[in-house]
Amino acid sequence: MGSKQTVFTHEQLEEYQDCTFFTRKEIMRLFYRYQDLAPQLVPLDYTSCPAVKVPYQLIGSMPELKDNPFRQRIAQVFSEDGDGHMTLDNFLDMFSVMSEMAPRDLKAYYAFKIYDFNNDDYICAWDLEQTVTRLTRGELSAEEVTLPAPAEPVPGPCGKPCADSCVTSAHFLSFPVSVG
Amino acid sequence: MSPPPKGMEVEGDRSGRRSSRKQAHKAEGLVGKHGAQPGQKERVRGSPRPRSPQRKQTEFRICREELRGQERSPAMRTGESRRKRDGRASFKEQRASPKKDKKVLRKEERWKKLKKPRSLSLASSTSGVESPYSEEELAQILEQVEEKKKLIATMRNKPWPMAKKLTELREAQEFVEKYEGALGKGKGKRLYAYRMLMAKKWVKFKRDFDNFKTQCIPWEMKIKDIESHFGSSVASYFIFLRWMYGVNLVLFGLIFGLVIIPEVLMGVPYGSIPRKTVPRAEEEKAMDFSVLWDFEGYIKYSALFYGYYNNQRTIGWLRYRLPMAYFMVGISVFGYSLMIVIRSMASNTQGSTSEGESDNFTFSFKMFTSWDYLIGNSETADNKYASITTSFKESIVDEQESNKEENIHLTRFLRILANFLIICCLCGSGYLIYFVVKRSQEFSKMQNVSWYERNEVEIVMSLLGMFCPPLFETIAALENYHPRIGLKWQLGRIFALFLGNLYTFLLALMDDVHLKLSNEATIKNITHWTLFNYYNSSGWNESVPRPPLHPADVPRGSCWETAVGIEFMRLTVSDMLVTYITILLGDFLRACFVRFMNYCWCWDLEAGFPSYAEFDISGNVLGLIFNQGMIWMGSFYAPGLVGINVLRLLTSMYFQCWAVMSSNVPHERVFKASRSNNFYMALLLLVLFLSLLPVAYTIMSLPPSFDCGPFSGKNRMYDVLQETIENDFPTFLGKIFAFLANPGLIIPAILLMFLAIYYLNSVSKSLSRANAQLRKKIQALREVEKSHKSVKNRATDRDSGDTPKSSKNSTQLQITKPEPASHSASQSQFLDKKAQDTGTTSSASGTLLPASQHLPGSQPPGVKPDSGKLQSRTHPWRSASGKSAQRPPH
Repeated sequence: MGSKQTVFTHEQLEEYQDCTFFTRKEIMRLFYRYQDLAPQLVPLDYTSCPAVKVPYQLIGSMPELKDNPFRQRIAQVFSEDGDGHMTLDNFLDMFSVMSEMAPRDLKAYYAFKIYDFNNDDYICAWDLEQTVTRLTRGELSAEEVTLPAPAEPVPGPCGKPCADSCVTSAHFLSFPVSVG
Repeated sequence: MSPPPKGMEVEGDRSGRRSSRKQAHKAEGLVGKHGAQPGQKERVRGSPRPRSPQRKQTEFRICREELRGQERSPAMRTGESRRKRDGRASFKEQRASPKKDKKVLRKEERWKKLKKPRSLSLASSTSGVESPYSEEELAQILEQVEEKKKLIATMRNKPWPMAKKLTELREAQEFVEKYEGALGKGKGKRLYAYRMLMAKKWVKFKRDFDNFKTQCIPWEMKIKDIESHFGSSVASYFIFLRWMYGVNLVLFGLIFGLVIIPEVLMGVPYGSIPRKTVPRAEEEKAMDFSVLWDFEGYIKYSALFYGYYNNQRTIGWLRYRLPMAYFMVGISVFGYSLMIVIRSMASNTQGSTSEGESDNFTFSFKMFTSWDYLIGNSETADNKYASITTSFKESIVDEQESNKEENIHLTRFLRILANFLIICCLCGSGYLIYFVVKRSQEFSKMQNVSWYERNEVEIVMSLLGMFCPPLFETIAALENYHPRIGLKWQLGRIFALFLGNLYTFLLALMDDVHLKLSNEATIKNITHWTLFNYYNSSGWNESVPRPPLHPADVPRGSCWETAVGIEFMRLTVSDMLVTYITILLGDFLRACFVRFMNYCWCWDLEAGFPSYAEFDISGNVLGLIFNQGMIWMGSFYAPGLVGINVLRLLTSMYFQCWAVMSSNVPHERVFKASRSNNFYMALLLLVLFLSLLPVAYTIMSLPPSFDCGPFSGKNRMYDVLQETIENDFPTFLGKIFAFLANPGLIIPAILLMFLAIYYLNSVSKSLSRANAQLRKKIQALREVEKSHKSVKNRATDRDSGDTPKSSKNSTQLQITKPEPASHSASQSQFLDKKAQDTGTTSSASGTLLPASQHLPGSQPPGVKPDSGKLQSRTHPWRSASGKSAQRPPH
């Protein structure tokens, strides 16, 4: 526990505790996880808030993420400029939202962002297709994935959510609708 | 001007509904901090504070609207409203300039502060606002501090990036520190922290407990594994098997603990009395495997069977009433089974009604929630991918089935044809069994029958059970049902087949029992005379008492109960073996053959004719159910049967799991098992009832054997109850029981039960009707909302000038409210900027909401709750416009 003073100031830790769902111990553990990803990159002193980013290749190789079909999206959503490279703040954010204590609204907010592949604030047909392809590793055939018009007899999984949920305008789920 | 706490309140609540409003948040937060000016406090205190976290969306909309209204500074507003009148709504612009707004706002406030005294004098109702730290001000600061505290507490719930959270947090903390000292309110913090800690601990404990509970479920991983490869229908069989195993374990505990163990520990040992001894004639071969295999010899005279038990009323130093226990356990086996089956059926139906709603969004749920984010193991991930793909396929198949249109006449004809064929099959198998049973009765009279002739009935029944289901399946292919419905039909047919077989078997058995019973009288005579002759025969020294006859030499009856038990035992074991051999030959060897001979064969074995086997769900489920039926029937006459069944279920769990994973392929038409496996349960209940009948008949109407079993010597088996009541209970209790057994009491009781059933049934019907109605209503509401939204979207383009204006006006209602001077200002037209605001407000609200007309007037501070009412009343109209502005491209 003695090392935590050298990494963060007391205030920093308190603030992180207020801003995440973690205890001090967990924050320290996350920090070391983060540090372990790129020991040569991340300094062991965060009192001055250095602007360090760990590249996505390392983030995506964490055991928590490496089997996740959406790992790239997750990293992109939580990173500052959408490239998947993460600062420690982003990293803590990500784990906080993914943690069990996070409320459903918060998770839904980020889930929407994760599924919104092209960042246009709508989940459109293309996003859905992406989602399905990732979920099934492309094992569904093309016609099973594609999006037929609602009138067609066999809507694929991509066609269905649009018909299912509150369709704002042709085949778009807008953000407040699907979260609310 | 803009009431800062309002904005903050919105900020506190809305917790990241929309990222686009982040800027607004910031602006508001700042305004809030700087805008804590004296002079508006009365308004603030009176403002309604709807801040329960689970507010409805509409309420959010109000807030949003208010916010939007506040965002716009009065300075902007004039320009804006002008622009809007031109029909141009440029929300983006507005949102882009919150900074400017803020500045203007502050200026505005200052200006207002100056103006305040004048307005007050005009209103001439409020007093004491002039002093720098008035009560109201304090109250407002307190409120703001509370807001900030709440903000700090909920900071982690905000969907902001960490940097923003940190700055917000610091600001809020500064604010709290600054004002908290003045108010002297910081004591709740510790308590709050403690409460949070406890809540966290509680969550953690619950999580651990849940983890523990799931760890305690046996074979969960195996089943999940199978589920991910073969879909939920195959998994449902294994879940059913597991459930059955649990039930059998309980039954086994009951029988083993209350009957077998006491008898073994405290009963008279083997060889002491005739019923516990192998007769002299059988002694030589009693240990041969072939004899033991038929459950003859030593096994027949063991605690596994009914005949071994003695009719002593009490045994051992505990004075354990074994016959009584035997009878009660026999009854409670059925009681427990009935109860558990019905209970699980009831809980299944409850589950299904509560989940009914989620049927509407199958694909959405599948798509967005199917991935398990906890997966951190690539093997599990593979399984998960497989299972998600499977479930998508299932849903697509479902969807296709529901949308398919076909030639109805052809289908009907084919279905009738299929049913005709199947009825023919059933009749044929029934006749075959009848024929075989008749033959076996002839064989039983003969001596020296071969092994085949002795086991002909079992063999024929097993073969029928093996070959009829595939035949039915072939015929069912004609019918072209949805696989799930097809599965039910298939189950029903196999059920009919098995039932027919079982009941023919039972009838044959019953014949046998009656034959034995008719012979019993003569055997009893023989036994009696043998003993009599033995003791009274001459030629023995009269002075020395004769040693008792060796129990092995005593002639004895055939003990039909044990014979019945043995039959069930044999049937169970042969059934088990046939199942295993079928799996080995039909699945495993076939899979091996296909797999390895494929290299050197002239056609593609894997894709072509033999291929790999599919897991036969219907056959396996029914096999399990009928096996259980046999256990229920046989357990009264063979207490050891349940133990054997437990072993059987255990081995078949592992064996079938292995067989499925190693040598079966997933069904070509993957489909989901119906959500509750109530169908299985219903079949099980039916079988339970059908197996209860013969047992109840034999207990109630056949006399027990005279020389074996716990009830020997009694007229009927249930006499043991009477005996216990007479001997062990006080007399008045006996009288009460006799009174209770009076038909005069039983018939009214049954009538009452019928009435209760009728009443409850009608109640449940009406409830379900109400339920359906409510569901319809919800559906309709959603439809309305949807259409509303689309209409609104269209309307937004058309008259975007009008709606936003009105929304703005509505928000201005409360903005102007704090100013008592406004109504006077409104008389001077459009010269003064502020006056113009209030003017539009009063006119707009006047046309739309008469109630709001008195608002921008000299409203005394005491009537403030009104404003809350007003806001809530305006919301539908406001939400309409709010929606239009709700989807900003950002």
